[in-house]
Amino acid sequence: MFAEVTLSLLGGFLTTVKLFILTLVFALPLGLFISFGSMSKIKVINIPINFLIWIVRGTPLLLQLLIIYYGPGIILKNNVWGAGDGGRFIAALVAFVINYACYFSVIYRGGIQAIPVGQYEAGEVLGMTKGQIFRKIVLLQVIKRIVPPISNEIITLVKDTSLARVIAVYEVIWAGQAYIKSAGIIWPLFYTGAFYLIFSALLTWLFHYIEKRLSYFR
Amino acid sequence: MALLEVSNIQKNFGDTEVLRDISFSMEKGQALSIIGSSGSGKTTLLRCLNFLEKPDKGRIQIRDEVLFDGERTKRDSEEEIRKKRLHFGLVFQSFNLFPQYTALENIMLAPKLDAQAHHRADNGEIEARAKELLAQMGLSNRKDNYPHQLSGGQQQRVAIARALALQPDILCFDEPTSALDPELTGEVLRVIRELADNHTTMIIVTHEMKFAHDVADQVIFMDNGIILEKGSPDEVFEHPTHERTKQFLAGYTNPQQ
Repeated sequence: MFAEVTLSLLGGFLTTVKLFILTLVFALPLGLFISFGSMSKIKVINIPINFLIWIVRGTPLLLQLLIIYYGPGIILKNNVWGAGDGGRFIAALVAFVINYACYFSVIYRGGIQAIPVGQYEAGEVLGMTKGQIFRKIVLLQVIKRIVPPISNEIITLVKDTSLARVIAVYEVIWAGQAYIKSAGIIWPLFYTGAFYLIFSALLTWLFHYIEKRLSYFR
Repeated sequence: MALLEVSNIQKNFGDTEVLRDISFSMEKGQALSIIGSSGSGKTTLLRCLNFLEKPDKGRIQIRDEVLFDGERTKRDSEEEIRKKRLHFGLVFQSFNLFPQYTALENIMLAPKLDAQAHHRADNGEIEARAKELLAQMGLSNRKDNYPHQLSGGQQQRVAIARALALQPDILCFDEPTSALDPELTGEVLRVIRELADNHTTMIIVTHEMKFAHDVADQVIFMDNGIILEKGSPDEVFEHPTHERTKQFLAGYTNPQQ
């Protein structure tokens, strides 16, 4: 029984991990664009971007999942997400990417604005281009500063993926909960906690390693 | 012909006139000290020369190349500005070394990028020159140290080497010892003095009056955005013509407690 449950939960956890990784793949770079947009001096760019950040951070992710999944169907009378598991997974992914990109953008902005203006000026008087200054001087300093807050968000994301079950994405909690109905046992649901714990332990170790690798400068 | 010719520079920040009608010139191999109280416009003047600020009016010329002309309406491209500003080097009050690079890497970064941009791959030459500069600063044994492992005086000497690596026509110093403990200012001043002895063309904004007097061929006293007094060190320090200059210098010779 234990082996059977473990296998079944692993199947659900695979979806969890897929959602987690794909969210990061899209949200980490998208967050950078959103952060540049939010810092833009051009009003038609920064006002809508900051409005989006306000909406996304000001409403529950659970609600955003429901709106993104059901919204298009209600408004356009057409399910843009496609039928079945695949469509629900993509809707969940879109919701997570938008949500996390907004949170990441604020962390990036903090990191970028914390770089002393003297670093940019030193690059400028040495005849470096804006791109060189960003890539060769600013970027690594920003990364060093944002690793701790980003790791917080990323570890939160591991557990937030469980919210996808509200639109019936078959992730690990769903798999565990299924045993309550089918076999009348609740321990598989509690057992899912172990999967999250192991995964976040790996991430904690990874971020610790990155921080250590960046500790050679201040 | 003068190496640098600055004429009628004016700069406003909003309604505040920071620089008014600034004109001076200097010859190759000369050292120019700029003194004056905080807020007199000294730093803004250096920043204008280094294209960190754009003057509202006036003209800046190096030999026969016009770097800035307030009359001209065409805006310089980023590329043109980068080329022009390399006539000047700037040493900052707060060093501004790049923390993720070693002393040697700090010096080599800009020359390497420049060589890449022009498809010259003379990295060996760049490294040799950087090491030579570090030796000149008395820091050969510190080449692999990161900035946080160096004292303020050592950091500032690396910053001077970094500015020299691009071989500017004129090296500018913006209060190079103001952020240092008194016991560390000596080592930085000594290095600048050596540069002056080797006829490096320099503009030095400083609050170290004795140093400004000893190192310079020419001294400018700025007050309230204008050049109030200009001349040889003896003229400005020993025989100032304005009451305001005397008052300013008196504050340094008899510090009031």
